[in-house]
Amino acid sequence: MEATIEVTGLRKRFGETLALDGMSFTVRPGQVTGFVGPNGAGKSTTMRVVLGLDAADEGQALIGGQPYASLRTPLRHVGALLDAGALQPSRTARNHLLWLAHSQGLGSRRVDEVLELVGLRSAAKRKAGGFSLGMRRRLGIAAALLGDPPVLMLDEPFNGLDPEGIVWIRGFLRSLAAEGRAVLVSSHLMSELQDTAGHLVVVGRGRVVADAGVAELIAAASNGRVTLRTPARPEAMRVLASAGATVTVTDRDTLTVSGLAAEHIVGLLSGQVIPFSEVAAHRATLEEAYLELTRDAVEFRGTPR
Amino acid sequence: MTPYRSQAPAGRDGFAQLLHAEWTKLRTVRGWMIGTALAALLIAGLGTLTASGSYSSCMKGSAEVPCPAPVLGPGGEAVRDRFYFVHQPLNGDGTITVRVSSMTGQIRKPDVTPGVRNVVSGVVPWAKAGVMIKKSTRQGDPYAAVMVTGSHGTRMQHNFTEDVAGRPGGVSPQSPRWLRLTRLGDTITGSESPDGRQWIEVGTARLDGLPAQVRIGLFAASPGDVTVSSNTLGGTTSASRFTEATAVMDQVSVRGAGTGGTWKIDDIGVTTGLDGVTPHHPGRLARSGDTFTVTGVGDIAPVTEEGGIERTLTGAMVALIAVIVVAVLFVTAEYRRQLIRTTLLAAPRRGRVLAAKAVVIGAVTFVAALAAAAVTLPVARRIYQGNGIYFLPVGTLTELRVIVGVAAVLAVSAVLALALGVLFRRSAMAVIAAIVAVLVPYVLATASLLPESVSDWLLRITPAAGFAIQQSVTEYPQVISHYAPVAGYYPLPPWAGFAVLCGYAALALALAARRLRRSDV
Repeated sequence: MEATIEVTGLRKRFGETLALDGMSFTVRPGQVTGFVGPNGAGKSTTMRVVLGLDAADEGQALIGGQPYASLRTPLRHVGALLDAGALQPSRTARNHLLWLAHSQGLGSRRVDEVLELVGLRSAAKRKAGGFSLGMRRRLGIAAALLGDPPVLMLDEPFNGLDPEGIVWIRGFLRSLAAEGRAVLVSSHLMSELQDTAGHLVVVGRGRVVADAGVAELIAAASNGRVTLRTPARPEAMRVLASAGATVTVTDRDTLTVSGLAAEHIVGLLSGQVIPFSEVAAHRATLEEAYLELTRDAVEFRGTPR
Repeated sequence: MTPYRSQAPAGRDGFAQLLHAEWTKLRTVRGWMIGTALAALLIAGLGTLTASGSYSSCMKGSAEVPCPAPVLGPGGEAVRDRFYFVHQPLNGDGTITVRVSSMTGQIRKPDVTPGVRNVVSGVVPWAKAGVMIKKSTRQGDPYAAVMVTGSHGTRMQHNFTEDVAGRPGGVSPQSPRWLRLTRLGDTITGSESPDGRQWIEVGTARLDGLPAQVRIGLFAASPGDVTVSSNTLGGTTSASRFTEATAVMDQVSVRGAGTGGTWKIDDIGVTTGLDGVTPHHPGRLARSGDTFTVTGVGDIAPVTEEGGIERTLTGAMVALIAVIVVAVLFVTAEYRRQLIRTTLLAAPRRGRVLAAKAVVIGAVTFVAALAAAAVTLPVARRIYQGNGIYFLPVGTLTELRVIVGVAAVLAVSAVLALALGVLFRRSAMAVIAAIVAVLVPYVLATASLLPESVSDWLLRITPAAGFAIQQSVTEYPQVISHYAPVAGYYPLPPWAGFAVLCGYAALALALAARRLRRSDV
């Protein structure tokens, strides 16, 4: 089985709300794919559809070319972490993994292996209800790894974790991807995926707004923008605007100019003898690129004052 | 880059794996195992406690004595064997013929004036008089008899439980009836005739192992008049009042070795009054030449009132609550924590998941209840007997049916509760629904709160019909009794009632499977 997730044209409506509106993307093996978008963009719904928990009104979702429902011993093909709180509180961590293992025809040895892998061996006999969020996440990841699957899907695995936990999951996900697995990680905060994801699927309002490598995305977001620092802001704005540029004031003495190349700006300003202290090609952060892409896709936004 | 391949050993994807997983789930939540054990303990604890707290004694004269064990018939069933017998010995084959020309009697009705006996003339439907061959005069011994009855015509009865109808109609001096009983080896044939010349066979009875010498003669008996009255709540109470029947028999002819001597009389099974000497409601014989006027009290029939062995297992009703709670939580706990998603990720074929859950909760409940019932029934029965309370004895197969049946009712109820848990997805609603479906109709029907027709319908059309499987007592058409749920008699036969419960469980499972398959989780 190929380690891929293919989502094609998913549509799903919950009453009045269109949760998925033609969601399409592919997750390839060997890298961590970030699945980002604001809350309500359809990330969790997409994952539930891929995993056969929710039915889409239209479209299809395949794992290694097969619908989830047709997989036999599915945990050997896909590991998923949806809600780390999905535990019977009075059952021990080990027993939680044990019934899952039994459902796939696996034995208790594999349970002990994954407990070791996520560092929960010492807590194996404790009731899961007493676990911290970080430990529950580890237990959820252990469950996802039980069948040693080539495809992993994790829904908001960083949410609410302390920095130590975030660092651990990042490293863990990178090493899993490096083994050749396809790893899809959703998040509503781009910063969580910085340095982890090699590829990003950015979604908003139930559809994909960008599907690209991280480097590509940053370049696209930075494209053609120049930061200009000048003490003569109004004059500079007049000159550049009349040359056809779009000028935005970003600070007391800083302008962001798009539509004109940096050399051209230097030429224009020099010709009019307008002083400037800095002209630099703008380099966007991943966060900015994300905000840019999802500006129209945010369902609820605070009103600016 | 080479795509990753799972290093996990190729597991099997069978139903057995799902069963294993669900069993692991059930056994690893301590509360559920405690609940199941509690159900078993309730069956055993309530059974033995109730037995220890129940006591019955009998009066012999003015003294209180332990109640005697019930008289048993040849088939091992408890029987009533009380009648007035005018008899002779018979060695080997022989025959007796009489003409019955009258049957009258008295019935005590409820007192109109308190303390004043209100006795009217009349015969009860199953008052009986005729001729009998009986192994001996000992109560419970094998017999065969042909008789006229109060309103069921001629009958041939033997060994308490067997009854064959002859011609209908009563007797009077204008239309008497001849009765004849013939012994040939172990086979006894009963015949009747309207004129003493043309004989019609009523039936034959085989009394295995009948000794050479038996008793042959005339008898009369009259069972108590059973009345059922409604109480203020709509339930019923039943009473049985004294009656006696008097038959006039003449043209008596007895043939066979050993006959021809004097007639002996025995008031079989008569009890004594408070002084311990005077017979209570005695029968009598008035003889004038060839005419025998025999008066008898009592009945020759199986006992139907004392209650069956299932009364040792009433703790199962309380245990049912624990069973329902565990079965409901077994699935609603998963909905509450969204663990159901993990379950369906591991096994996307949802119908199979439900089936596995049903098998596991049903099997675990069955095993626990079976163990409890199998221990409780004999232990509680022994305690009851020690305290003077005897249940109607039954055969081994019936006893097995009661034990297995109680466990099966709990198991199927657990499956029903599980299905309701899937349908409602909420613990409280599903528990209430299951209790309302199974336990409430049972309690209402058997607590003497509702009119009997309503009780009967409740035990026909609700899942509580399943409790019929634990009925060990038998309804006999030739015995008038209070055959009602409150007395342990169900309107449906045991397996039919159980089938109704199974039908409800199957329906609920089908609806649950539909809901589980069709909806997002």
